[in-house]
Amino acid sequence: MKIVALSGSKVGSKTRTAMNYTVQKMSDKYPDVEVTLLDLADYEIQFSDGRNYLEYEGDTGYVTKTLMEADAIIIGTPIFQASIPATLKNIFDLLPQNAFRDKVVSILVTAGSAKHYLIAEQQLKPILAYMKAQIVQTYVFIEEADFYRKEITNHDVLFRIERLVEDTIVLMETFTEIREKKEAEYDF
Amino acid sequence: MKKYGIDPSKGLEFGIYTLGDHLPNPLTGERISAEQRVHELIEYAKLADQAGLDFFSVGESHQDYFVTQAHSVVLSAIAQATNNIKIGSSSTIISTSDPVRVYEDFSTIDLISKGRAEIIAGRASRVGLFELLGYDLRDYEELFEEKFELLMKINEEEVVNWSGEYRASLRNARVIPRPQKGFIPIWRAVGGTPASAIKAGYAGAPMFMAHLGGPASVFKRTIDAYREAAKTRGFDPAELPVATAGFFYAAETSQQALKDMYPHINEGMKKTNGAGFPKQHFAQGIDPHNIMNVGSPQQIIEKILYQHELFGHQRYIAQIDFGGVPFERLMKNIEIIGNEILPAIKKYTKKAEA
Repeated sequence: MKIVALSGSKVGSKTRTAMNYTVQKMSDKYPDVEVTLLDLADYEIQFSDGRNYLEYEGDTGYVTKTLMEADAIIIGTPIFQASIPATLKNIFDLLPQNAFRDKVVSILVTAGSAKHYLIAEQQLKPILAYMKAQIVQTYVFIEEADFYRKEITNHDVLFRIERLVEDTIVLMETFTEIREKKEAEYDF
Repeated sequence: MKKYGIDPSKGLEFGIYTLGDHLPNPLTGERISAEQRVHELIEYAKLADQAGLDFFSVGESHQDYFVTQAHSVVLSAIAQATNNIKIGSSSTIISTSDPVRVYEDFSTIDLISKGRAEIIAGRASRVGLFELLGYDLRDYEELFEEKFELLMKINEEEVVNWSGEYRASLRNARVIPRPQKGFIPIWRAVGGTPASAIKAGYAGAPMFMAHLGGPASVFKRTIDAYREAAKTRGFDPAELPVATAGFFYAAETSQQALKDMYPHINEGMKKTNGAGFPKQHFAQGIDPHNIMNVGSPQQIIEKILYQHELFGHQRYIAQIDFGGVPFERLMKNIEIIGNEILPAIKKYTKKAEA
């Protein structure tokens, strides 16, 4: 099983800090799962120009192909101007319409204000649903006050991340099992 | 219709198309050589001709897993190897070609085949060729529209005066040789959405509509939009042929057809488009209302007749060979079409009074 942890912005460190912890939890709890962390701050990604993702080269090709090969994706995103960052939206635009079919996608949000709580619900989830993701409904919302010098200091957040990791794996395994059973029934 | 070489009184035309893909057979993991694939395509056209099919076409794709980049060269070999079947492209990417050269090639193919050539001009669904051939993807739409217009003009007028943005101007240019009947049927390839069908209607060009799966009734809207658009520009839709093109596979039972075809489609699409074909959607392909013509011969006959009633189209074109389907299976399918499907379809779609 392949899992990609996608850190969706080039700005700041909080999302990356939370994603580092998430990836570490994932590797500790599920050593058999192959986890890849993609931090968009580490890549030069071009804007979508409408071509098929297979035709992009360099960082853009690497990131899109790695995402397409994943069984599950954990998206970590900050909130900018009351929405998701353009860097993350560009990733969605680079991928095909049904890119998340048969993939589980879970969400972790970092934000400067609790007033941004529903942004993932109202702006990110509809995109994921449109792209056919199996969404882990409960997401982790982390505020500025939960961090101190690139560490998460709120134990409640740490517990919630642990549950997000478990939920991602549980949904992925369940969904894969059900799908395989259903596909076997077709007998072709 | 006559202008485009179609006689509706003879019933629905039946054709074959290939994208010219060169994919491994997913069951063995092996891929035949490019040489063998090209020869098999020519052989495939010969069999279709012998079985009495109306049309055979070869596509142009410039990327990995394809072998007919020079599709007009393959078509000229097919022109020489066949006797009665009409031959065409599916499609010629006019956006990244010079319409003068395309016309010269196809009118020559028309002379070799003694009047059997057609052009289906498309915009490319796989766009790697823009970079390869030195075009800017941002000009995608304009390149197509301008070059398609020029191609149509060359077809209507032997001496051309033209100027545009993407090619040097033509002043009293004679484009020769001329095709046998002085005119080649030129179709516009449409990907199945009403938006692109409307443009074909505005251009007053016959429409070649490709489709994957889904309810036939959805594609009826596309065809209606095309005819409606043609009417608003003063063209008579009754004079404009419509062709539909998509997956086809006949086997003894529908279950066997699904079994035989699915791995080729799914694995082939993964390689060429980056995403497979969901099994759930494919399973719906055998439904009588689904546009995919997969099933037993009798089921396919009923599907095509239903589609004909719905669309009132003039030609159906089957894609059977995608994804490394072994040649014996193609032979078997041609045999089933020739012996069972074609006679039934002609019988029920022929217009006695005409």
